[in-house]
Order: sequence, then C-alpha cells, then structure tokens
Amino acid sequence: MAVTTMVGAKIHRREDPKLITGHGSYVDDMQLTGMVHMAVVRSAQAHAKIVSVDLTAASKAPGVVAVYTARDFKKVISGGLPVTESLIADKKQTPNQFPIAESEAVYFGEPIAVVLAESRYQAADCAELVQVEYESLPVLVDFEKALEKGSPTAHTGAPDNVAWDVNFNGGDLEAAFKESEVTVKERIIQQRVFPISMEPRAVLANYVPFGNQLTVWTSSQVPHFIRLFLCIGLGMPESQIRVVAPDVGGGFGSKLRPYPEEYLAAAASKLSGRPVKWIEGRTENLQATSHGRGHIFDIEVGAKRDGTLLALKITMLSDLGAYIGVFGALQSSLAMLLSPGCYKWKAVHGRAIGVLTNKMSTDPYRGAGRPEAAHLVERAVDLVAQELKLDPADVRAKNFAEDFPFTSILGMVYDSGEYQKSLDKAKEIVGYKALRQKQADLRKQGKYLGIGLSTYVEICGVGPSAATAHVSGSLALVESSVVRVHPTGSVTVAVGTHSHGQGHATTFAQIAADALGLPYANIEIREGDTGDTPFGYGSYGSRSLPVGGVSINRSCQKVVDKAKKIAAHMLEAADEDVVFDQGQFYVKGSPDKRKAMGEVAFAAYGPGLPEGMEQGLEAVTYFDPPNFTWPFGAHICVVEVDPETGEVDIQKYVAVDDCGNIINPMIVDGQIHGGVAQGIGQALFEEAVHDPETGALRTGTLLDYSIPGIGEIPNLQLDRTITPSPTNELGVKGVGEAGTIAASAAVINAIVDALSPFGIKHVDMPASPDRLWKQIKQAREHSNGGKEARK
Amino acid sequence: MKHKVATTVNGHKHEHEVEPRLLLVHYLRDVVGLTGTHIGCDTSQCGSCTILVDGKAVKSCTMFAVQAEGRQLTTIEGMAKDGELHPLQQAFWDEHGLQCGYCTPGFIMAAAYLLDQNPNPTEDEIRKGLEGNLCRCTGYVNIVKSVQSAAKAMDGAKAKTSERSAAVGRS
Amino acid sequence: MIPAAFEYARASSVEEAAKLLNKYGEDAKVLAGGHSLIPLMRLRLAQPKALVDINGIKGLDHIKAEGSKLHIGALTRHVTIQNSAVVKDKLPILAEVAGEIGDNQVRNMGTIGGVVAHADAAGDYPTIALMLDAEIVTNQRTIAAKDFFKDLFTTPLAADEIVIEVVFPVANGPHKYIKFRRRLFDWAIVGAAAQKMNGGWRIGLTNVGPTPVRATAVEEALHKGAKPEEAAQHASDGLNPSGDLRASPEYKKHLARVLTKRAIEQAK
Repeated sequence: MAVTTMVGAKIHRREDPKLITGHGSYVDDMQLTGMVHMAVVRSAQAHAKIVSVDLTAASKAPGVVAVYTARDFKKVISGGLPVTESLIADKKQTPNQFPIAESEAVYFGEPIAVVLAESRYQAADCAELVQVEYESLPVLVDFEKALEKGSPTAHTGAPDNVAWDVNFNGGDLEAAFKESEVTVKERIIQQRVFPISMEPRAVLANYVPFGNQLTVWTSSQVPHFIRLFLCIGLGMPESQIRVVAPDVGGGFGSKLRPYPEEYLAAAASKLSGRPVKWIEGRTENLQATSHGRGHIFDIEVGAKRDGTLLALKITMLSDLGAYIGVFGALQSSLAMLLSPGCYKWKAVHGRAIGVLTNKMSTDPYRGAGRPEAAHLVERAVDLVAQELKLDPADVRAKNFAEDFPFTSILGMVYDSGEYQKSLDKAKEIVGYKALRQKQADLRKQGKYLGIGLSTYVEICGVGPSAATAHVSGSLALVESSVVRVHPTGSVTVAVGTHSHGQGHATTFAQIAADALGLPYANIEIREGDTGDTPFGYGSYGSRSLPVGGVSINRSCQKVVDKAKKIAAHMLEAADEDVVFDQGQFYVKGSPDKRKAMGEVAFAAYGPGLPEGMEQGLEAVTYFDPPNFTWPFGAHICVVEVDPETGEVDIQKYVAVDDCGNIINPMIVDGQIHGGVAQGIGQALFEEAVHDPETGALRTGTLLDYSIPGIGEIPNLQLDRTITPSPTNELGVKGVGEAGTIAASAAVINAIVDALSPFGIKHVDMPASPDRLWKQIKQAREHSNGGKEARK
Repeated sequence: MKHKVATTVNGHKHEHEVEPRLLLVHYLRDVVGLTGTHIGCDTSQCGSCTILVDGKAVKSCTMFAVQAEGRQLTTIEGMAKDGELHPLQQAFWDEHGLQCGYCTPGFIMAAAYLLDQNPNPTEDEIRKGLEGNLCRCTGYVNIVKSVQSAAKAMDGAKAKTSERSAAVGRS
Repeated sequence: MIPAAFEYARASSVEEAAKLLNKYGEDAKVLAGGHSLIPLMRLRLAQPKALVDINGIKGLDHIKAEGSKLHIGALTRHVTIQNSAVVKDKLPILAEVAGEIGDNQVRNMGTIGGVVAHADAAGDYPTIALMLDAEIVTNQRTIAAKDFFKDLFTTPLAADEIVIEVVFPVANGPHKYIKFRRRLFDWAIVGAAAQKMNGGWRIGLTNVGPTPVRATAVEEALHKGAKPEEAAQHASDGLNPSGDLRASPEYKKHLARVLTKRAIEQAK
C-alpha cells in the first residue's frame, strides 16, 4: 500500500485547482449584504501637527454612510498597537500607536480619518473631500542624523530618537583583535525595501450587535494574533470574535502583525452597524504596509594571514520608522544573533541602536534579520579573502563550524550542519575551478566575470518558549494542532498556522497520512479560521513545518496510541504486543490477523471499548520545541558586469540548500526559487526611497519601485543536502526564507569579485547600473585610468 | 451619466448600465461577479488583471468597462471547458507554477495569448511574452516550465486546434 | 485606485471627435490606448472632465507605404506595427521599437498616435519620428516632428486637434535602437537610435531631456568620417538631462555616448 510513502513525495498541491480556475477566495472576493466600503484618509505630511479635520464636504458626499476620526474611534478602541520586545527587553522608549492619528501625524500615510460609503468608488470620492489642515513639523528621514545631539525628534516632546541601544557580546574582542594580523573595515547598507505581496492587504469586518459577534476576514498570516489583539483593543472576549484569513495572496512577513486598518474596519462596523470592507490599493500598500530591512552596519573584521577569522565588531543602526513595528525589534536581534554565521570566531561584539524616524515602521520581511546577518558576515569573509588574496571558498572552509551541536560565539546552539559538504556540492555543480580559470582568461579580454559565494546558516522553528517567552511579551511561540479521526476514517486536522502560498494543505496532509496510516485523500487540513482551529501563532519565520508540522505529527501519534489500545482490545491482545505498521494493527508475530486504522476508527465511536475508555479518536498538541532549527546551504552566483554601463548580467545561480528532511521536494524547491528571487530583487533592483526633505515616498508606485519581472530572474539550479534536525522527530528544519537569506550576499559578492580588478571592495544595494558605473569610474580615476584593471 | 454596456463574458451575454469611470476589472469582479481576475497595482505593471478581449491579452485595470462594449471577453473562469482544465491550467498545477495564486489567473491569461500567437516559444520568447506580469512567490522558474509544458501538451493535441482557439476566446 | 468621475463620449469619426472636444473644451482628453492616461487617472493625477473615445473611428489604423513615405494611422496598435510586414520592410527600426514598448498587454492596446500626442520624454516613437524628420498629420494640419515635441508632455496640438497619422520616410538600411532599462518592460533610462539613410546617419536619443533629441553633432562627425567611438563622444553635446531615481544626469550623458556608439556599431 502506498499510504506510508507520502512524506518525501512530490505530491501536487491540493490547493491549486481552485486557484488556477479563478475560484480562490481572497477577501475582496467576498460580499456581504449591507456591506459598505471604507477608504482611509492618510497624512499627506510625514510629520505635522493636525490643526483641524474638516468633514463638512465629505459628510455630504453622494453615498456617504459615515466619516470618522480618532475622536470617534476612541469610544470603541482602547490602548494601542502591540509591540513585542523581541529579544530587546531594555527599550529606551516605545511610542504608543493608536490606530489613527489625532493631534500629530508622524509618518506619510498615517491614517487621519476614515470614510464609509455605499460603493468603493463613492468611498474614494468622499475621502478626497476630507480637508486636513496641517502645521508642518521637522521631518526625520536620515536616521544617522536623527541620532545627532540636538536633532529634532520624530515625536513631539520625545527626549531623543533612540528606541533601544543594546549590546550582543561574545568572547574577548580586544584580545581577538590583538591576535589579528589583518583588519578590514566596511560600511554595509541594508536599504529599506517593500515586501510587496501581490495581494495587498484587505479587511472585511462584520459586527452583529445582537449577540455581540464580530467576524473579521483579513489578508493575514496570523489570524489568531489578530483575534487576540482585536479582543484587547475592542474590549471583546475571544469567544465573540472570529478572525478568518481566507486565501491570502502572499505575505513575506508584511502580514504577520495587526494593522491600524484591522482595528479601524472592525470598529467602524461596530460604530456604523454595517459590514465594512477595506481593500488596500498598491500605492497605499507602499505607504501603509510595513517596510523591510533599513539598517546601516559598520563592521570591523580581524583575521590571521592564513584566513583564520578571529574578531568581528558590528555597529548596527536601524531605521525603525515612527513607531516600532510589532515585531520590529526582531530584525535587530536576529541580525545580531546570527552575525557569526556558520563560522568559528574568537569574539563577536555587536551594538544595535534602534532609531525613530518619520516613516512607516519596519517589520519583518522574508528573513527578518537573517538576510542582514548573512549579508554582513558573508561580505566580511569576502573582505578578508580579498585583503589576503585568498580564495573565498578556502577562507570559508578554514572557518566552518564542524562539531554539532555547535555553540556559536554568541551562545546560539546550532542543531546540525555539514557546511563544507553543501559548499563542495555547490562548487561542483557550478564548476568552480574551471570558472576561476575562465574568469582569469576573460579579465585579459577586459571582461569582468564574478563568482560570489554565500554559505549561510539561519534560524527557524520559532520557537522554544524558554527562549522566546521573556522577549515576546509572554507569548510562547508554540504551535497547536487538533487531529480528529472520524468514524469512517476521514480525518480533520486543524492547525494554528496559516498558508499563503506554502502549500500546507498538501504537506501537512502528507505528514498526517503517514503518521496515521490512512490514505492521503482522507486527510483534510483546516487553518486560518479561529472559529475552527485551536489558538496558534501563525506562519512566519519558516516555522510552520518545524513547529506546526511536528505538532500535527505528535497529535497523530497520540491518536495512534489510543487506536492501538482499541485494536489490542479488538484483537484480544495486550497493548504492548500490538504492532502498528502502515496503517495496520496486528499482534507481534501474527501479521495475518489485523485491524486497519479505518476499522479501529469506526470501533472508537462504538460500544465495547476497553474498560474506562471514552469514545472518540482525537488528540490535541501544543508543541513547544526544545530548540530552534538551523537550516543552511551554499549559494553561488556568477555574474558578468559591463564596465562601460555598470549593467549586471546573472549568468548562473546555483543553490544547494539543507533544510533537513523533506516532506515535498516540489514545494521546497518552489520556496527556494521565490526566496532567491526576492534576494536578487534586493541586491539589484529594490529600494524604498523617501524624499529627504518631505519624507514623502519617491518610490510611490510599482512604476517607480522595481520588483524583478520574469526577464530578470535567471533559471536557478537547485540541489540539496539533507542533514536531519535532531530537534524534532520529523528531522525537519524549515525552508520559507532560506533563499532570500542567502541570495543578496551571493549576488553582491559576485559583483565585487567581478570588479575587484578595479580595486573595488564593496558595493551597496541595490547594485544599479548607475551606482556601479560611478564606482568603476571613481576606481579608475584612482587607479591609473583602469590600466591596473587590465593587467 | 451611466452608459449601457453589452459584453460577452466567457460565452455569456451581459448587459449593464455603468458609470464611464468603472474599470473593466471592477465590472468583471463587482458587476458580473467573476472574481478570478485580480488587482495587484494601480499603474498597469503587475498584470494580475489580465484577460482576453477579442482574443488579445489586455490589462483589465487599464480599460474602462464602456470600452468593452460589444467585445468578447475571456477570463480565467472561462478557461476550463466541460470540467476539463485548459492545458495551461493543468501545466501550472503540474509544474508548481503558483504558490499564493494571486497572480496566477493573470499569468495564465497572458500565457494563453502568448501560445496563441506563438505555439512553440523558446524560453526567451516565453520570458518576453510574460514580461507584463509580476509574481512575488515563484521566482518565475516554474512559471516558465509551466508554459513550456503547456506548449508541449497543446502541440500534442494539435488535432484539436479548433477547440484550443475557442478556449482563448477566438471562437 | 479609482479615477474621478468624467463624461464619456464615443466618436465614430474624426469630425465628431473634434466636435466633442470642442464641446468639452480644455478639460477633455482623447482616449486612445489609454495606457498613459488611465494610470494617471487612477492615481487622480489626471482628472479630465470628459473623455472622447476615438477607438471606434474607422480607418485610423492603416499602414501604407506610398513612394518614399510610410503612413501609419494614429490608432495603429504597437503590436500591429511590431508585426507588420510593410513596416518590417520599409522601416524596420520602427517595428523593432514597437516590439520593445511595455509588454504584450500594453502593445495590444497602446497606439502610435497616443504615444506621439502624449509626448513623454521616455517615449520611443518620438525619437524615431524626430530623427527621421517624420510628419505628424492632424485633422487640422501637418506638423514636422521637429516642431511637434516642444517640451515635456507639450505639443502644439490645439484642444480639438487630433493626430490622424504619422508619416515616416522609408528607411530600410542598417539600423539599431538600444533601449537601456533595468527590466524588460520598463521605460528607457536612455535610448539611442541609429539609422543609415540616404548615405548618412540619423542618430536619435530618448529620455535625455524634456523632448527627444536628434544628435546632429554625432551625425556630422560620422559624415566627416569619424569612427563610431569618436563620433559618439558628441552624443552628449548640449544635453542637460534631469536626474531621476534610475539615473543621475551624468550617467544619462554617459549612456547617451555609450549607447550611441553601440547603436552605430550594431546597426545592420
């Protein structure tokens, strides 16, 4: 029987038929009787006192149902948006964010008023009629300047703009630098970017006064979080709020927090007595959905002449925006904690300073701190290799952590790894040795080929409550599951995660089918609806499989344990003599006499169970992992840079990833593809640009903000190694962000490698033709008209 | 002032009175009730709203409903026939050409037009043909594969050419 | 996002369109392909009071070669120009330029008349029109391309004046248009066109100023026998491009030189 071979198989996704035929159910696809449309009037200034909000004209607009400002919302919303500590417990200041501004707007696009109208067209017209009178205040765009003494503040009356200033230290830095024979310094910019899920955000809220019931459909990665925080903000118990995240068109971290509009739509429904729909436009999405990255790293690296890495000193400034993102501090803490990468160091000291500015908040974006860490440490290794004229592959080989579990210099315990193996495999696939020769030959012809390595390690499986609870505001980031085997052997698995492209309905069913020994087709996965799933923490941080998937597996094991007792009773054998194998229970030594799981399921609801046993066949698990999981891999990017125009042509991209055991290889590859594309996007194309004076977005639409299209992402060559995680019984690690974490460093290292004959040591992102041309030109001017380069 | 607009959508006739400013995509979604066509931007970049108008791929967010007067429109809902998936739909499924699925209808419609114009495209031609559609999940790798696979399947089914033309709205 | 309300009228003839434009006055816009106008309307950066839809006017989508001239009707879609055997034969550079505009969906809707009348600095046809001394024929007169592109988004068209056709000279010698951009479907950061014609070269540049530019200094240098590399150094003579997010003025000038050199060298 094929029932036990689901894990590891390429199973086509069961979520696809509806999506490829246009029958998906995204929030904007839903209509409710009596529904009104909400439009948000947003601040047209990045920092201003709100002198007055004139609603006269708007209130008379055709189709208008209501116009609300902060004053109205204060009647139904209390407190502000949550902010987790995220490993930064000693914050200096955390400005409270009420979902809508009342007297001071602190970022461009902050909500100031809300209009409700009968149609979305009327709502848009009505919003234009709201007159806001502003009194401009100083705008903070440059976050380095915002740290200067005497700088104006992002919030009136704040002492300064420092949100946090913390150290992450491991080892004796002074001694490690003393031992170093070379040191290199560099400034590495992580530009602000937009996450850009193809579906912008969307909310539909329906408050029914009779019975005090609120249902909110929202395009979110975390329906249970949203319910929890709405319940606090609106003063309603969970039992009266149902939050549904239906089909969600991508998230990439930008939908893992509650947003003002979720509060506002829910409150507006309560105030107006009508179902309220809000659909974010793309332009709005760029203003009002969290941004990613946004840091400056100053690093200093010490090493021995033979390439042994010794010391790493990091100062990290983070541009937080006006309000600390709900998980905004996570980026800083993960960037710091992962900065040693997969290497042995004598000392790593980091200082992270969070800076408030007049911009939208930064919050997790695919990788959330790990891309930053990988980028800085992979650049650091290449800087050392370049300085010492060593092959960057050799420098990596010399410094890889080898014995697992490995405790990094910052005290993180890496569960398992084989870093050299994945690098060797990637080198073999790309033809590393031959490429180096080709590079040398091409240089003689004035052609600039570059080979960039990125050997990353990352952290998944968020997270063990022992490590996360004290920094997440007492949230134990466990994951829940309920497995219910029905009498005829069909199964409902309800889980607290959420799938927005990851294919959980398929992979989770694969796990349950194997664990229960029932046909895959019998298994139904439920997630995204707080009404029929247990409280769970949602999907982000590549956690769904290593926490949620393992939780499902455990619930299945509990079900099997009970079923075994029933089977033993049916087979008139002792529990311990019964074997469960491929969906069949039989007495040890006599496999002919057997009971299938389906039969046992039916019996579980009938009479004649073992004494004292209740009917039913179901189990609940809240899985609290003992450790994080640590995926890793080696990516190699090959580029050619046109020295005349600065254009970068990616000629080859090889990715060898290790995410532990694999449930569905097709889905794993898909995650890597998409992740790498986003990393390439950041490396070459993307940057959220604010006007330095006004703080308005200069990249305000997808016309100005370039995400890569189908012509810009090369074919990616993937392979893998498999090093199971010892942290969980499935041996899985997680793969949702790996591609993004690895890719930007691979691309930038390749570009720097290509341009190293000019003496170029570092290139910032996005590596646009304009930027590279300028750098090449300057380098040529410095190094004798480029003659150096052509040697 | 409202204008009368009569269209044929996936073979069915529709007649409505609409405001001139009503975008074709909103007409399809909110008036006709076909929500498979999505909106991903304000500026005609993303292609999520791609449909066929008289057999030609068009971004339905950059056309007013009144402009569709008398036209034959094909949306994603019109691609499967008699319970059978269009080869492109099948290929996107087989090759894992979608993840969140939001951009997928637009890609399938743009690809349908591409294959109608060029039944055996090279990889470069596929990329050039789909440059008007953005995807943030797949890195496009499997989208290219899906279109290649569909082209092969449709080539194999060349005997049924007339059926294919019908499926891309050129009946 | 959602456009502001407007009145809509379909014209079935050029005369009717002119009449409608006259009726609505300055606040009316012509709706052709709509791919510049509708996004601006959705962002409410354009809020015309009325749109006169000329898509139903018959006989404005012709492609005709007559003697040494190629007539292209204003409503001819980019895709039609791209695939036209006549254009490929008589003015192949124009077919190539058409094939590089936007993407398939844009090319199915966008029209040559719309691009010319919009007079965006990043438009590609205007460069070809200018460098080849094309003529823009309206319902009122014929305007030489050099007199047509006056400034950014600015043409001599009167409120009730409609572009009927663009008339190019036939030129099927060596040619090349290089559209430098980040992504396949982007506008040109800078574009450079080279066309061998009547024994000499015509050189045009896109997006290096408020209007398309004819690089006469390069043409003259080539005429005097300069090598492409030397001649192309003059491509930035007199240019004063504005910078934007994609390119600084200095880089645009540099690109003008490099791309001009490459266009001449690669012309075939």
